[in-house]
Amino acid sequence: MSAKTISDRRRIAEKNWEKLQDSARPVVYVGAGSCGRAAGATEVIEAIKGHLKKRRVDAKVIEVGCIGPCYLEPLVDIQMPKMPRISYSNVAPKQAVRILDSFLEDNGIPRFHLAGHFGEEEIDGVPRFYDQPMLAPQVRIVLRNCGIIDPENIDHYLARDGYKAIEKCLSMPWKEVVETVKDAGLRGRGGAGFPTWQKWLFCRNTESDQRYLICNADEGDPGAFMNRSLIEGDPHAVLEGMLIAAYTIGASRGFIYIRAEYPLAIERLKSAIVRMRKLGLLGDNILGSDFSFDIKIKEGAGAFVCGEETALIASIEGKRGMPRTRPPFPAVAGLWGKPTIINNVETLGTLPNIIRNGAEWYSQFGTETSKGTKTFSLVGKVRRTGLIEVPLGITLREVIYDIGGGLVKDFKAVQTGGPSGGCLGEEFLDTPIDYENLAAAGSIMGSGGLIVVDKDTCIVDTAKYFLTFTQEESCGKCVPCRVGTKHLVHILERICKGKGELEDIAKLEKLGHAIKGGALCGLGQTAPNPILSSLKYFRDEFLAHIKDKRCPAAVCRDLVVYRIIKEKCTGCQRCVQVCPTQAITGPRSEPHNLDEEKCIKCRSCYEICRFDAIAGDAIIIES
Amino acid sequence: MAKDIFKKVMQDFTGEPADLIPVLQRVQKADGYVSADAVRRISRWLKVSENEIYGVTTFYAQFRFSPPGRHHIKACLGTACHVQGGEQMLDVLERRLEIEPGETTADGEYDLERVACLGCCALAPVVMIDDRTFSRMSVLKLQRLLDERENDKRSP
Repeated sequence: MSAKTISDRRRIAEKNWEKLQDSARPVVYVGAGSCGRAAGATEVIEAIKGHLKKRRVDAKVIEVGCIGPCYLEPLVDIQMPKMPRISYSNVAPKQAVRILDSFLEDNGIPRFHLAGHFGEEEIDGVPRFYDQPMLAPQVRIVLRNCGIIDPENIDHYLARDGYKAIEKCLSMPWKEVVETVKDAGLRGRGGAGFPTWQKWLFCRNTESDQRYLICNADEGDPGAFMNRSLIEGDPHAVLEGMLIAAYTIGASRGFIYIRAEYPLAIERLKSAIVRMRKLGLLGDNILGSDFSFDIKIKEGAGAFVCGEETALIASIEGKRGMPRTRPPFPAVAGLWGKPTIINNVETLGTLPNIIRNGAEWYSQFGTETSKGTKTFSLVGKVRRTGLIEVPLGITLREVIYDIGGGLVKDFKAVQTGGPSGGCLGEEFLDTPIDYENLAAAGSIMGSGGLIVVDKDTCIVDTAKYFLTFTQEESCGKCVPCRVGTKHLVHILERICKGKGELEDIAKLEKLGHAIKGGALCGLGQTAPNPILSSLKYFRDEFLAHIKDKRCPAAVCRDLVVYRIIKEKCTGCQRCVQVCPTQAITGPRSEPHNLDEEKCIKCRSCYEICRFDAIAGDAIIIES
Repeated sequence: MAKDIFKKVMQDFTGEPADLIPVLQRVQKADGYVSADAVRRISRWLKVSENEIYGVTTFYAQFRFSPPGRHHIKACLGTACHVQGGEQMLDVLERRLEIEPGETTADGEYDLERVACLGCCALAPVVMIDDRTFSRMSVLKLQRLLDERENDKRSP
């Protein structure tokens, strides 16, 4: 398909998109990303479709991606003729049917579960969806289509300026694209923050008959799901970004390396690629130009280290995903020895926006050294969890309190950068989020996981968690990482069991620095970060474990006991019934007994007492 | 593995050594695991030594060497799940099914796996049974879920 035919196709797509907004029949949008489905969207869709059929209503049901506020899932938007799209949150199948009925029977806008509308004009008593406290401070550039369009429909993407950026690029010399991205100040969103243009230039300036582009979608950081959401909600944005990058570096073959744990994202990419090929957006002579490019999907097989560039390349080559020493950098000698660029999903998804709107527009967001916006997965103990996009330079306090709505209990720390990052305490709440500030604080920006924890989370246990993770994921090639992390885990396990000694703290620090300096790749070099930063900011908690043999957060199992408060226990027997080891005994209506010897600390009694019980709060966990 | 299934897998690839991981993934999808027989066949076909295939296969967490259960349970132990009590979910599963991660129950009904992150962090902790993800789990919710499944099995 030539450039002309794609603009014809876009014109039709735009018309259809407008028609959809102005539809004469009802349109129902359901957030059906992985998170929406986990919250029950599949059942909601079934219920809606079934009900529409039963009522013989001619309506359109569209599955969209995740719009961000995961805590409101499942989200159902209803758009009646001559009305804007109105969104409802935490909708169960029964409620979906009730909301539908209310609209269909003309009973006015139902007010229960109401989240907001997407229209321009004021509607009496209905807030705008984007005015919600979680969304108002956000700047949505890379996520602009997520939750809005049907990710399976390329026409939706086309209608919203899709593939205009690659058209523009094809009429620019590649050097100009590099200049634009340089002026925009885009830095790699995978975590390290290396300037994208510079990496590209290394690759382009290396003489070779073949260059490769790899999209790194091996989002391995536990607690981070930005890339998954973007691919599920707007796959074409990432794919258009790949076209732009490939054109600029002169690559004719591309790979998407994606985690096998993201089946829906893989499915979305596969069908998007088929549609691109049909429109001549992939293959030989793209849009009638002399630029040819094709993409292959490679599924990861479950190895965290494969997020590291050289390990990822080894994995695509069919080998064990073990890193090698750099230089040579992949930009010079990468996949099968050829110059290779590996860009993160978000970096690629940002590119079309920069090309379309210009460098100056993009660089107005962010700080002097960290331009633009960044997506974060805001999770843990905040009230409003989900996927957000904010301008860099925003403070942690704004993210956690304004966007996230704060915590129920007292704030303790925020973990950034996943297993390579660190835990930052209250004193960092006013730190602006950018690459330099987070690094200076002893953490890293990373790919964008923000895990907020409260007083019920044990910092020592969290450090042990991360170290156990990196230790298990260590590929074993270099000694500092293979042996060093194992020892760090041993020491931490000892401390969590109440068998720590005061010297352990110095040992952790010494060993941590040795691993940082000696490990071969990024995984090993950053593995001690969670411990080193926790020791710096939460030393007291380590000391409490070591000296007092106490876990202040009452998490470390060897240091806690479950106790029944006799005065509060009504003897309702619920805990007796759930206890798997018969550790709790006692006749009905009399305070029960808990045999510590038999107790395996499984938490069943604690939960049933607090959440379901007639009595409630009679069982506590203490340290 | 059955000869005809293997033949079908072979049709989809050009037979280059770089296809090793996708081939193993396809084999596991068809058979549920990577058998010694499959490794032998792949080795002869791709001209990669069996040693090397085992080296690659054991490196990645995805591959298993014993037949899976009829249903797969995954306990997510990502960071968000961990701070919200994912460990306790795994505990319940281990205790109830009487197996450890990587094993299959004696009756072949379930296998259990611990995974690093399923990407549903905002709804932590999560447990996945086959293709369904159960979000915002608690020890009690999980126990009830397992009870229900057991009851359904008894009275189909």
